[in-house]
Amino acid sequence: MASQNPIAPSPAAGLYGGSVFANVVQAPEDPILGVTVAYNKDPSPVKVNLGVGAYRTEEGKPLVLNVVRRAEQLLVNDPSRVKEYLPITGLADFNKLSAKLIFGADSPAIQENRVATVQCLSGTGSLRVGGEFLARHYHERTIYIPQPTWGNHPKVFTLAGLSVKTYRYYDPTTRGLNFEGLLADLSAAPPGAIVLLHACAHNPTGVDPTLDQWEQIRLLMRSKGLLPFFDSAYQGFASGNLDADAQSVRMFVADGGECLTAQSYAKNMGLYGERVGALSIVCKSADVATRVESQLKLVIRPMYSNPPIHGASIVATILKDRELYHEWTIELKAMADRIINMRQQLFDALRARGTPGDWSHIIKQIGMFTFTGLNTEQVTFMTKEYHIYMTSDGRISMAGLSSKTVPHLTDAIHAAVTRMK
Amino acid sequence: MAAISREILKRRGIHRSPVMATIGTRSMASWFGHVEPAAKDPILGVTEAFLADPSPDKVNVGVGAYRDDNGKPVVLECVREAERRIAGNLNMEYLPMGGSIKMIEESLKLAYGEDSELIKEKRIAAVQALSGTGACRLFADFQKRFLPDTQIYIPIPTWANHHNIWRDACVPQRTFRYYHPETRGLDFASMMDDIKNAPNGSFFLLHACAHNPTGVDPSEEQWREISYQFKVKNHFPFFDMAYQGFASGDPNRDAKAIRIFLEDGHLIGCAQSYAKNMGLYGQRVGCLSILCDDELQAVAVKSQLQQLARPMYSNPPVHGALVVSIILGDPELKSLWLKEVKGMADRIIGMRKALRENLEKLGSPLSWEHITNQIGMFCYSGMTPEQVDRLTDEFHIYMTRNGRISMAGVTTGNAGYLANAIHEVTKSS
Repeated sequence: MASQNPIAPSPAAGLYGGSVFANVVQAPEDPILGVTVAYNKDPSPVKVNLGVGAYRTEEGKPLVLNVVRRAEQLLVNDPSRVKEYLPITGLADFNKLSAKLIFGADSPAIQENRVATVQCLSGTGSLRVGGEFLARHYHERTIYIPQPTWGNHPKVFTLAGLSVKTYRYYDPTTRGLNFEGLLADLSAAPPGAIVLLHACAHNPTGVDPTLDQWEQIRLLMRSKGLLPFFDSAYQGFASGNLDADAQSVRMFVADGGECLTAQSYAKNMGLYGERVGALSIVCKSADVATRVESQLKLVIRPMYSNPPIHGASIVATILKDRELYHEWTIELKAMADRIINMRQQLFDALRARGTPGDWSHIIKQIGMFTFTGLNTEQVTFMTKEYHIYMTSDGRISMAGLSSKTVPHLTDAIHAAVTRMK
Repeated sequence: MAAISREILKRRGIHRSPVMATIGTRSMASWFGHVEPAAKDPILGVTEAFLADPSPDKVNVGVGAYRDDNGKPVVLECVREAERRIAGNLNMEYLPMGGSIKMIEESLKLAYGEDSELIKEKRIAAVQALSGTGACRLFADFQKRFLPDTQIYIPIPTWANHHNIWRDACVPQRTFRYYHPETRGLDFASMMDDIKNAPNGSFFLLHACAHNPTGVDPSEEQWREISYQFKVKNHFPFFDMAYQGFASGDPNRDAKAIRIFLEDGHLIGCAQSYAKNMGLYGQRVGCLSILCDDELQAVAVKSQLQQLARPMYSNPPVHGALVVSIILGDPELKSLWLKEVKGMADRIIGMRKALRENLEKLGSPLSWEHITNQIGMFCYSGMTPEQVDRLTDEFHIYMTRNGRISMAGVTTGNAGYLANAIHEVTKSS
């Protein structure tokens, strides 16, 4: 502060023309989104993007569902529609309909008003709001997430204020579920710990427990008082049937216990960029649910005040109209069927090629992703030599495949497996 | 990671006592049985109460959402046209984490100037944010992560949610004097004192125009003095600009404070919102920008802002961003928008005049000059909470208890009724 010149820079933070953020280093590219960035840069005509999990048609194009287009037209042509702020908790219709969708219209939890539902920004936003709520109001601050899981899960929960641990999930030798490891790790968790469960179509492995296994998981968790937090990003998209894909969640709700559920409409309604989702907290009583909802508002208000209206309006329009809803289930099944078809085609092609190894996991796994079992070196090889873009953990998005590109992928996998170990 | 989580909760003042864990069976008690009902949001609670009131005379001058002269919400024509172009035509793929590039470009032009050299030099790190709230929150989180020893100076008074935002970001808060109750204007001397007395390099939250809730803005000369003092003290200016175009009717004029600071060489941060000036409230569209030393730094800062957005919502909503891009990117639509935003601003300025004249005609003993001196959506009437309660109980007039009137809720139809009621509760003070 010894300067004579009144506008000389202070030795404190920054200088004249010097930013206080001069020490900020560039963040590493997001591993998943970074794949698409690299793909876009590649000039090769045979490149295939099997990175980010967004549905593509047989022609490799993004898809806007017909029901969504119809709902949008209804909305845009309705002169009475305004763009006012939604309540902090979001669009009421949307919330009720979303709860019904995941828990079932006849769910006792809903009948008894024991469910607090708030509209959030897709699955990510629902997980973050739920995590923040738990960090403030729940007595156990550790959340167990499966090994592996979606790359963003650990960051979401850490920033929410929770401490993240893992439980064994994927078995690389069988490319299936490590059920013994899962049960052992959850048994060893402290009572009351939070457990993240993928409701269906586990991301990134595509490996789901069977219904029997879910029942065992449920019994174990209830006996230890572990709190289930479901991430439901693929309801209807996995098997093609909305109710079947919600079975795991409904089993837990049916036993009268509490749980959290994060729902996303990104994939199953193709509303990716509209950021539509819902967080539901199933409570023991209506009174608790009311108080819980009031506290969720305090998490949301300083984050973004209230959620975006457009996507939720589309969802509500579709869910509340019988005809639109029915048409949606048909379009949804078509997407799921195309993916199941791609799995079969890839499996058949690898078998026909005589590619070494057991590739049955491709048809056993479910949902958008397949955990191929390929290692990082093999993946790098496939990207370099065959312009196949995928995440380095060997995950491929089946939604990015088409009948036309299956042969090229088969060639790439075959080459990678035979030339690199 | 556990240490970070504990720290986050401690700073937020959250201390929970453990609840006895019991085994999960049907008879298990709720894990959340101890959760207290949260206090209602003071601003949004007003509208809830208004909606519940059956009186035909009720008037809502609470929440800051624009109403036309019939008291109806408005969707701008330019917005309707943009939506017609969007519906059924575009896909809904994920935006990049940082949001719509086009919308960001247009937003920067609006805030920094159409021909800004800073934009050409790519020195501005900018991301699409969830309206003004989201922009402020991202900045607060960024401030916490990269300058964890800093705090934020917030004006007295300010929008209530500002306190919540920086608190949840775990950034300590200080205040600086701003509003002068006696004159219902700016307490410039005290404000300058507080700016001078703050430690060098302090972070300040400034309302770029149409201060919420007071409607009191510094004059151009005062802004120049503030900017000068900020240079002396090397303070960081963070502008919350939620009303560009909406205050005077002219977006460039409303950005004057920011332009002054830029001329003086400050490296500013800025939160922009399209909630009011484009009527896009529920779409949650905004922009956070931070002016950096150079392009390289801007790239680094932007990448880090994205890292904060990713675990909060992954990427921002596309619809509102498309509406903004289409309007600002099309000369005809942009021109229409400028006309419409001026129309809104003019109506409010007209209502200020009407309210003041009505009160003066009623022979009020008090001075109501401040109604027309203040600018933007809000008028800080100077009424006490007790007077506000009387307005609600006796006249079914709804406003926040700090005496803030949302002028957007005043119409030629209710200006007289409102003036009469205000006169009744204040004439003996």
